Amino acid sequence: MSDTAVRSNGKKELIVVNNLIKYFPVRGGLLQRVVAWVKAVDDVTFTVKEGETLGLVGESGCGKTTVGRTMLYLTEPTGGSVQFGDTDVFSLTGKALKDMRRNMQIIFQDPYSSLDPRMTIGESVGEGLKIHGVGSASERHEVVIETLKKVGLEDYHSKRYPHEFSGGQRQRIGIARALALRPQFIVADEPVSALDVSIQSQVLNILKDLQREFNLTYLFIAHNMSVVEHISDRVAVMYLGKIVELAPREELFSNPLHPYTQALMSAIPIPDPRIRRQRIILPGDVPSPLNPPPGCRFHPRCPVVMDHCSHQEPRLLEVTPGHYTACWRVE
Amino acid sequence: MTKAMPDSVSAIRTGNSKDSTLLKVKDLKTYFFTEDGVVKAVDGVDFEVKRGEIFGLVGESGCGKSVTALSILRLIDRPGKIVDGEVYFTDTALHKLSEREMTDLRGRRISMIFQQPVSSLNPVFTGGDQVAEVLKIHWSMEKEEAWNRAVELFKTVGIPDAEEKVYAYPHELSGGQAQRVMIAMALATVPELLIADEPSTALDVTIQAQILDLLKELRTKMETSVILITHDLGVIAEMVDRVAVMYAGRIVEQADVNTLFEEPVHPYTSGLMGSIPVLGKVTEKLEVIPGSVPNLINLPPGCRFAPRCRARVENKLEICTKEEPDLIPYRQGHLVRCWLYQDSMEHKAPLRAE
Repeated sequence: MSDTAVRSNGKKELIVVNNLIKYFPVRGGLLQRVVAWVKAVDDVTFTVKEGETLGLVGESGCGKTTVGRTMLYLTEPTGGSVQFGDTDVFSLTGKALKDMRRNMQIIFQDPYSSLDPRMTIGESVGEGLKIHGVGSASERHEVVIETLKKVGLEDYHSKRYPHEFSGGQRQRIGIARALALRPQFIVADEPVSALDVSIQSQVLNILKDLQREFNLTYLFIAHNMSVVEHISDRVAVMYLGKIVELAPREELFSNPLHPYTQALMSAIPIPDPRIRRQRIILPGDVPSPLNPPPGCRFHPRCPVVMDHCSHQEPRLLEVTPGHYTACWRVE
Repeated sequence: MTKAMPDSVSAIRTGNSKDSTLLKVKDLKTYFFTEDGVVKAVDGVDFEVKRGEIFGLVGESGCGKSVTALSILRLIDRPGKIVDGEVYFTDTALHKLSEREMTDLRGRRISMIFQQPVSSLNPVFTGGDQVAEVLKIHWSMEKEEAWNRAVELFKTVGIPDAEEKVYAYPHELSGGQAQRVMIAMALATVPELLIADEPSTALDVTIQAQILDLLKELRTKMETSVILITHDLGVIAEMVDRVAVMYAGRIVEQADVNTLFEEPVHPYTSGLMGSIPVLGKVTEKLEVIPGSVPNLINLPPGCRFAPRCRARVENKLEICTKEEPDLIPYRQGHLVRCWLYQDSMEHKAPLRAE
């Protein structure tokens, strides 16, 4: 597929991901030879527009986290390219790459293990500034305090250690850490799934406020469809290393075309006992990405499978403007 | 000698009229005596479970919902201790049973399934062995009979290729399959009550849907009452008949599921409902409950939710931070623990049911 096919009108694209591939080797035997490949991300193409939130949703093992990490060049890609503005990220090395990283930050899922227990919050949040040699020590301190305030923490918190904070507070520190360098783009990898429900909304609201204030672009990775719907402008659904559907939020949630998206939505329990829906219960488990099924990867679990599906893989096609799906039923 | 395994569930369920109380918990208190102080994990919990119903216990982490369940089965270990309360199961007073009588009752009449299915199973025995063991112990079945029945149970809980999967060790099962094996074990004894502690939380959404569906189906088929413990209000709405909301070791609101979602009256319940994004209902901003859950060692005086409560500030209630309200009827079958609806000597409730 050509990259222009995925470009849609509207805002300008900040990031263009083309045919991204990431395989992990599986080693075995006495000599630890590579015996197989886990196809975590297998030919994924999409764009992220400036100032938008692209939601990336899927079940565990679908490759959504790997997409985020590979995009930031935190792991070596197997193939494909990522354009950030005019720069080809994977071609960068040394200082150029380091400078690029100022613009791209990440927020992790587990706020308990993603902060160094021996660094104060102020040191943690200011670490990036120091590495990039921003300003003097006192200027950096000012930025740290200002950033902490942006996420609802006070200046005296900067002298404390991670264990003194609750999960929600730690996640806000994680956000401050990502924000300190004033990046353009943040990958938020399941930022609220480890938090209690009453705390989730605090963090989601902060992410939205900061986006408005700093014109941030987010890739928001999550398995929770309701959270993704709440925060995203556009949503991509992944299954076994592939994007199966991508559309603007309203379009995706009102008119899901891929049977997997439909099943995923119908499986989510809705907190309203009066709503009685016909659930689509998918049989079986997600197959292993070590040995993905031939043809469409979803076909062994698909409720509307056809003969054709097990032979040939469907392409991700634009069905209506901005709405892409990979399914033989639609093609 | 083989005990007669009942042919049908109704054979053991005869004489039990519906709507009668199966389990009654009265003023249950379970504390943990730690080096840092006494953690009041469950601090005065009362509720009833009726025959054939699914009763939900919902709350955030640390609210005491799991400890409540473990206390019913008396599975609390040091430094924890059940310090007070009564638990009646049909006409048996569980709190008075000897350890031996309790062991006999556990698994046979009350079963439990847990959140982490793979780690709850014994890694060195096959799934089939573990289910068959339950049958051998509780129904005194012979080896072969127990094994055949285990295969049947594997089919009942919807494990694909049941004949082969009985030979699988826990690590060879997926999360969903392992949870099905747990459910098969729990149901092997045809228990009257099944306690399910976050049975679908660790699973992917499409697998969660399968497991919840299975639980519902089994409730209908086996007429087992279920206590479903979860933090997910969506799961509660789809699964349960009646529900109790817990906060910091106490029930703060209790009602049938429709009433609770249509008219949540406790500020915590309504705050919780406003703070979750709901599929299909996009809002610009989510409601926020300020602050976080209190430390159970050092509980705030008065109502435990008072420090985070907006309704307290809006209604300028002073009593909330001094005295704790009781769990009282707001309407028929709808209980709430809040000074907004309760009078006292020098306090007049600002709100009440129309």
